[in-house]
Amino acid sequence: MKYSYFPGCSLKGTGRSYEESLLPVFKALGVEMEELDDWNCCGATAYMAVDEVKACVMASRNLALAERLGHAELLAPCSACYLVLNKTKHYLHDSASVRGVVGQALQQADLSYSGNVPVRHPLDVLINEVGLDEVKKRVRHPLKGLKVAPYYGCQIVRPYATFDDQYNPTTLDRLVEALGGSVVRFPLKTRCCGGSLTGTLPEPGLLCSYIILKEALARGANVIATLCPLCQFNLDGYHDKITRKWDPVRIPTVYFSQLMGLAFGLSEKEMGLHRHFIEMPALAASAAA
Amino acid sequence: MDLPRTIKYEADRVAGFGKEVMSVPGCENLQSCIQCGTCSGVCPLSIYMDYSPRQVMALTRSDFKNEVLRSHTIWLCASCYACTVECPRQIRITDIMYELKQRAIHDGIYPKKFPIPVLAKEFYKMAHKQGRVTDNWLATWMFLKTNWRAALGMWRLGLGLIKRGRFSFTYDSIRQKDQLARMMQTVDNLSIDALTDAKPKRKASH
Repeated sequence: MKYSYFPGCSLKGTGRSYEESLLPVFKALGVEMEELDDWNCCGATAYMAVDEVKACVMASRNLALAERLGHAELLAPCSACYLVLNKTKHYLHDSASVRGVVGQALQQADLSYSGNVPVRHPLDVLINEVGLDEVKKRVRHPLKGLKVAPYYGCQIVRPYATFDDQYNPTTLDRLVEALGGSVVRFPLKTRCCGGSLTGTLPEPGLLCSYIILKEALARGANVIATLCPLCQFNLDGYHDKITRKWDPVRIPTVYFSQLMGLAFGLSEKEMGLHRHFIEMPALAASAAA
Repeated sequence: MDLPRTIKYEADRVAGFGKEVMSVPGCENLQSCIQCGTCSGVCPLSIYMDYSPRQVMALTRSDFKNEVLRSHTIWLCASCYACTVECPRQIRITDIMYELKQRAIHDGIYPKKFPIPVLAKEFYKMAHKQGRVTDNWLATWMFLKTNWRAALGMWRLGLGLIKRGRFSFTYDSIRQKDQLARMMQTVDNLSIDALTDAKPKRKASH
């Protein structure tokens, strides 16, 4: 299996441990990922707030690059990229005039896009292409004793529920179980983490993150698993501020790919776990057990 | 003492505004809003909003342009799409919020010194110029432009990111910046009015 790979800005910046863990884990499973040459920012939510048509043009350049690269499908691990690329595909499909503008802009760059590059999330590929049986075969250190709160965040299932249920997604739950961990019941699995509000307006933004951290602890979890770089940043980076405002809710938040790597026998360092603010002694101990 | 009038007069409306918003692709269903309030109920940020999402829908449809474009509500929307998937009338509320944000920025009437629109504009500028966004620099610029004291409050986080190798000291950028610039220039050069359903005409209600 070979896919085009769109990392997005976060996976090269503050969310680099996502890429550091995802690439070796997928390699171990025989999934090849070829990075798009000279990809650009997807536009994210902020760009759409300024100019939606230009946001579509930005995203379309990446879709056109993927089409030129020639692999059948494009992988986008960041939830915002995943949503924006898919949303752009919808706009291109639904609106002839958006298609017209985008087509003209692409022409200026000697690019074209026919509309036929599916954008998929790595979790989708893991469950529906690789299969959990293949994942299980590679588990050398089952995550015994690890109680995981599966946190999907918002944009992976909303507004388009492409590969999982909109209200009660379970793909991440099943992956964690395949790795030997136990899943706690977590009704807030798709609640908003606050997004970029944590940086702009601490009170509303951090409250969103605080609620999720507190609930995970209340449900008996000792780690939160996520699949979005912004969720990871919000739930991991603001503990001192949250503690000062409310109370300490210390629980690590890691990417699903990092849990996979640990279960496959890769080291914490290889999985980029040293880059996180809240370290996980419990995970290390239980993984070795 | 400054006493704002809390009840709006019909004369405060900007005729045609609602129709204009509803003509944008994705915003059409606003017409069929039944004011049930589901959007306000599921919104995780509505407890901080000056107008609830339900009220923003009603105000927009009834041409209260100035009220919605100056509201905090549109900027507090974190785009989690909870309202959009719950709406019994299939109104794409999140996309309507985006449409209102674009208009507020275009008209320059968003709440000044409010960091969220500033972040959106800085993000736009950086993505435009570099082709990519370096998140830690984006945050730094936003703080310097809105509230530099808040930037001081972030030093610990910044230091933590540096220590953990998550801070980028240089701007990330694409190689073919000129190509991207040409593409954006093409969009600018296209007559906006020719794009009947791609782009709202911004002049009608000024």
